[in-house]
Amino acid sequence: MKATRRDFLRLGVAATASAVLPPVRTFAQGAAPRVVVVGGGFAGASCARALRQAAPRVAVTLVEANATFTACPFSNAVIGGLRELHTQEFTYGRLAADGITMARALAVGVDAPARSVTLSDGARLPYDRLVLAPGIDIRWGALPGYDEAAAAQMPHAWRAGDQTVLLRRQLEAMDDGGLVVISAPANPFRCPPGPYERASLIAHYLKTRKPRSKLIILDAKDAFSKQRLFQAAWAELYPGLLEWVPLSKGGNVTSVDAGARTLVTDFGRHQANVANVIPPQKAGRIAEAAGVADRTGWCPIDPVTFESTRQAGIHVIGDAAITGAMPKSAFAANSQAKTCAAAVARLLTGAVPSTPKLINTCYSLVAPDYGISVAGVYQPSGGQLADVPGSGGVSPADAPRATRAAEAVLAEAWFRTITGEVFG
Amino acid sequence: MSRLVATAIVAVAAAAAAVVASAEPPAGAAGCSGCHPASPRVTSTVPRLAGIDRAVIVRAMQDFRSGQRAATVMDRIAKGFTDDESQAIAAWFATQK
Repeated sequence: MKATRRDFLRLGVAATASAVLPPVRTFAQGAAPRVVVVGGGFAGASCARALRQAAPRVAVTLVEANATFTACPFSNAVIGGLRELHTQEFTYGRLAADGITMARALAVGVDAPARSVTLSDGARLPYDRLVLAPGIDIRWGALPGYDEAAAAQMPHAWRAGDQTVLLRRQLEAMDDGGLVVISAPANPFRCPPGPYERASLIAHYLKTRKPRSKLIILDAKDAFSKQRLFQAAWAELYPGLLEWVPLSKGGNVTSVDAGARTLVTDFGRHQANVANVIPPQKAGRIAEAAGVADRTGWCPIDPVTFESTRQAGIHVIGDAAITGAMPKSAFAANSQAKTCAAAVARLLTGAVPSTPKLINTCYSLVAPDYGISVAGVYQPSGGQLADVPGSGGVSPADAPRATRAAEAVLAEAWFRTITGEVFG
Repeated sequence: MSRLVATAIVAVAAAAAAVVASAEPPAGAAGCSGCHPASPRVTSTVPRLAGIDRAVIVRAMQDFRSGQRAATVMDRIAKGFTDDESQAIAAWFATQK
């Protein structure tokens, strides 16, 4: 109840901020309200569709530069040789058929006081509400030696597509007995269990194809998502093959030398045959241009409406947003998108958005037939999204292999469902 | 003066009705379709919830919460919802097609 009162007070503040903007148009008759959504990933595409469904009168434009979306979930299975990249690719035909206007361009600027977005083709899109779902950008240069040229030698593969295929090809070209090194970043970053799922599926590839090889994870952290489950599975499935080096044991990578495929830590140098650098990240570029990113590089939001706390009229969802206990996952992005769409539909009519409850479920594969999960339920509390006490958590530590196999099947069912819901 | 206020309220309500078409899902319900397909075009081993009798969903949520029904993730998710919230979610799904 306390949280609800605080939320109410904060909504009051947001309303005050809106008061200094140009007069809010009324939509009772005549012009349809205009919402522009930037970014056609799980967050943006979900939000555009949910908004069309919740409020058919709203004119929705989705700004996305790519004709094809390449999904990150399950892209680790592509790297591990278990899937092909085309199974990760989706198009926007159904969104257009829903009546969403597709703008094939990059959003390059936002004029918040004038409420318009500038696109790379020079067009200006006026909006009544703007939803930014730009995902992540790499913080080039944050790790000395790691720039865009270095990524061609030491792929990050943290945005799915060519980078995913590049990492897979490097693994395929490596001789048996080679050393694979993964560098994992400090929090926060997209897909917290992702580096460890990737290590698992690469270890599975090495075990079955190149069993004399070794994999080392150099980590900038001492703890990670689903850690006990991953470590128990590694001991069982990949003993002697996969080694995790935490921050406290010298895991923090301080620089890289791409030409020499070398990763440098305070404790030494690791020369790899294949190096996968998962670098520090920030919200997608447009967030900074729109003035919604703070000094952390991510975007603080109101947990009821996902409206930026820095710019009225602009909402931020998905990986770019600071969402408290909610992780940066595709499921979370989809859940936030639907919540945001409902709030935007209400705000356009002058109605008060209702207090949401959001869900996240995130599966990781440790092997093709070995899945583990984390789930959570979240609600606004103290200006953030917080875990509902007593809910959520990870798969049981003592579950039988049949449960792990069932979760691997559920993981794939989830992927089919979410991609079907968002793009199908 | 009060007539003016009343007129304003009616105008806002009419605008709301015009823009918001379908009944908004209650808190939590929109998240279910992350796994339980909402679209009839999506086929999954995880069941659709639209049109299911409300008592079935309420009972399932109770049994997941208490541990009476075996689960992979639904036990952890059900614990995030009160019985009242489950009732509202179930009532909404019962009206969906």
